[in-house]
Amino acid sequence: MSTPPRQCSRLAALATVLLVCVAGAAVLPDDRADIFYSSYKGGGMDITGESVLVRKKFTENFAVEANYFIDKVSGASVDVLSNASVIKDERKQKSVSVDYIHDKTQYNLSYTNSTERDYKSNTTHFSLSQDMFGDLTTITLGFTNSDDGVGENNGTAFKPVVSWLGHAQSRSYEAGLSQVLTKNLIASTSLEVITDQGYLMNPYRSIRYFDNVPLGYSLGSQVYPNTHTSTAVEGRAKYYLPYRAAASVSYRYYSDTWGIRGNTVEVDYTQPIANLWIFEGRVRHYSQNHATFYSDIFPFADSQNFEARDKDLAASTNLTVGAKATYAFLPEGWKIFKRGTVTGDVSRIRFKYSDFRDIKDYNDTPAGGNYAAGTEPLYGFDATVYQIYISMFF
Amino acid sequence: MRPAMKLGVIGVAFLLGACSIQPWVKPYERDRLADPIMSWDRDAISGAYLDHIYESREGSRGATGTAGGGCGCN
Repeated sequence: MSTPPRQCSRLAALATVLLVCVAGAAVLPDDRADIFYSSYKGGGMDITGESVLVRKKFTENFAVEANYFIDKVSGASVDVLSNASVIKDERKQKSVSVDYIHDKTQYNLSYTNSTERDYKSNTTHFSLSQDMFGDLTTITLGFTNSDDGVGENNGTAFKPVVSWLGHAQSRSYEAGLSQVLTKNLIASTSLEVITDQGYLMNPYRSIRYFDNVPLGYSLGSQVYPNTHTSTAVEGRAKYYLPYRAAASVSYRYYSDTWGIRGNTVEVDYTQPIANLWIFEGRVRHYSQNHATFYSDIFPFADSQNFEARDKDLAASTNLTVGAKATYAFLPEGWKIFKRGTVTGDVSRIRFKYSDFRDIKDYNDTPAGGNYAAGTEPLYGFDATVYQIYISMFF
Repeated sequence: MRPAMKLGVIGVAFLLGACSIQPWVKPYERDRLADPIMSWDRDAISGAYLDHIYESREGSRGATGTAGGGCGCN
């Protein structure tokens, strides 16, 4: 008798799922409350964010978390500026999340609502994690559903006139495995497949194509496919160093049906000092090629079925260098609080584009600023991100 | 027995045998792993915020362990 290899692999997969055999139990994290402020400046955009998070355990098995986040945006990125006026907007995000533990299984259910003047999003997420093999292994499975409404503001920043253009639906399927390898080393891997359908493009971006006008090009509307499926796989490991410090490394590979392949590498180092300070440094590098239907300039109007000139779909790299310091101002606690910390975080991100050109400053006379269409300098910018937050644990 | 089948049998035997595997890192040896500096994401708001920044400006997304919403279109 011979068993086909495909059946063997199915049997192995089934055995993996069925094997639940050890001792110990999952534990919910400490109660905490955070007040958060952030600032992002770069690429013509100025965004400030404020947030409040409260997490409370009602029993040892049941916890609720609530978060409110508000982003205030002013300015607009270069591909919007080339075709529109400066924008002011707010994004308000509310989320509530429930965790429940039964024996070695942790269930999480969350709901997030995000609204902007011209964009609405409702996201529901469910996941379950199972500890096994003496709690050295944790398997996580998750599902996320998101329904978005996409609009365009045809008015001004102060007198908006929003027309709703369509809906986008997104479904995400996640699987993760976390493994304790030694008493100093933990590693994990995760896989996420996301499928979208509906109105998937950004209404504020335009394509451009060669044209017989003084500037050498004209602007036109983007046309995107109405489906999109992506797969991302990430692996990471964290090691406890002999002198109470931690180093971690992660790598993510991304591919999608629009032809984008992305690689993300991140290295982090964490160094506590006494019981008062935790310092952290990180370096992250990201690279991607362009989508198959992306071009900085098309040969003529309607030259192909799908056309995009959104810089997020261009070939690009970015490099982040970040530093973070956490100070425990209540290291031993006070009244109901077990601990209180304040954290400052600053990141510098350098974005570089290989096939997205900067046409913002070259629309003036002489036409194209002496650059022939399609020969303008490549675009790039630096962004600085500040975060400061107070965390109280109780 | 074909090589693929052998591999399958060995794999299943290994997985079934795992039931009797004792944890090689004992609970009392996990104090370092329980140190907050070994957490993947010590501060949920900060992690989600940075993920949103990248997701709004890159073609890639997913496998970062956070769920959120919003456009970041401008």
